[in-house]
Amino acid sequence: MCLAIPGQIVEFSPEQPLLAKVDVAGVKRAINIGLLADEPLELGDWVLIHVGFAMSKIGESEARDQLTMLAALGEDAQAMEEVRGYTFAP
Amino acid sequence: MKYVDEFRDPELIERVAREIRRTVDPDYDYRIMEVCGGHTHSIYRHGLRDILPQNIRLVHGPGCPVCVLPMGRVDDGLSVAGQPDTILTAFGDMMRVPGTKGTPLEYKARGCDVRMVYSPLDALRIAQNNPEKHVCFFAIGFETTAPSTALTILRAKAEGVKNFSVFCNHVTILPAIRAILDSPDMRIDGFIGPGHVSTITGCRPYEFIANHYRKPVVISGFEPLDLLEGILMVLRQLRAGQARVENQYRRIVPWNGNGAAMRALADVFELRPYFEWRGLGFISQSALKIKPAFAQYDSEVRFELPGVRVTDPKAAQCGEVLKGVLTPPQCKLFGNACTPEHPIGALMVSSEGACAAYYKYVAKPVEA
Ligand code: SF4
Repeated sequence: MCLAIPGQIVEFSPEQPLLAKVDVAGVKRAINIGLLADEPLELGDWVLIHVGFAMSKIGESEARDQLTMLAALGEDAQAMEEVRGYTFAP
Repeated sequence: MKYVDEFRDPELIERVAREIRRTVDPDYDYRIMEVCGGHTHSIYRHGLRDILPQNIRLVHGPGCPVCVLPMGRVDDGLSVAGQPDTILTAFGDMMRVPGTKGTPLEYKARGCDVRMVYSPLDALRIAQNNPEKHVCFFAIGFETTAPSTALTILRAKAEGVKNFSVFCNHVTILPAIRAILDSPDMRIDGFIGPGHVSTITGCRPYEFIANHYRKPVVISGFEPLDLLEGILMVLRQLRAGQARVENQYRRIVPWNGNGAAMRALADVFELRPYFEWRGLGFISQSALKIKPAFAQYDSEVRFELPGVRVTDPKAAQCGEVLKGVLTPPQCKLFGNACTPEHPIGALMVSSEGACAAYYKYVAKPVEA
């Protein structure tokens, strides 16, 4: 429920400024970045994703830590399933 | 130590464990509450209780959004599923939570259109793809999740979607902590504060716990090392006679939280005068309600919901377990009438529920 999944921003979409494409362990999905309106985001930045929204910007090593943590908690498969399950963006 | 081989750095763990043993007063029984269900899960999964000295008791807090939802609210949400031309959407965690007449999955099996979604935006998308139906999103979650619902409602408005509403069950963690601190049968010496909720709220809101109730709060991450460090930080404060808010999870949690997310919450939601929590009863100003300006997106306005209070099955002791008064195996139904396959209470459904975690990792330990 409270999964926070790290992903790296790989693409912005000019016509949809609230969306960004992220790469989560090889899976690419668009997520909503509206909650990070206060933070300038750039390609290559890492964010924590929760229910389809980026909820904070984090550093690269934090992102890798977070992936390890999800694996340690046995929640990595669930996290990937969640990311794959986002259907709101084309 | 069952899961020690999974620890990333067993030596570091052992060092912190040793430091904990040195810091505790052997003649005092410590009661430290981990607020968040994710922490509860991690504690059981990694067998952390076996590492800690016997006189430290970890008390599980109310931080599992599925678990604290009273059955009457589940029934209310499910009553929408029974209406013609409606689609009820919910997160996976909700799908197996029992209401009086079954779980959302069972409603689906009976022919109701109930769909699991991973994001509230997916629910909105379903509404846009099914203009002839009404789509209700059964929203649950703490401050971590509520901003996403807020942005989804703002999006629905911006895009002029008319067939979408939210059954809002978002709750806020601080009033629940206050209720626990005010409860006469609870003694808690310090708190492990929630990790991801604090990403949004920041650390400041916990200051009343330190200042007013004189209890240490350490916001912690979810790994074994994080949790042990958090516990050590609480113990050090207790030993020094201090009460402060500290942030062990600095790599993720900014002290000031996420301003944009807090603004989204303030734009869309207002506080309910009171809200019922399973096990904790009615707590004032502890839940969010959709503001009148967004009434057309409020399922409680659009549908006539039964709104009845339903008491839990008599023998089920979810309330006591939620408050940390009982441990899961002390519930008479634990492991016999109530199992993850046939859950009676939500604590046995959610992976963040204390009963499910205890059942999975302690009652049926996996061999190391
Ligand atoms: S074992 Fe089942 S009925 Fe008993 S407290 Fe846990 S979830 Fe509730």
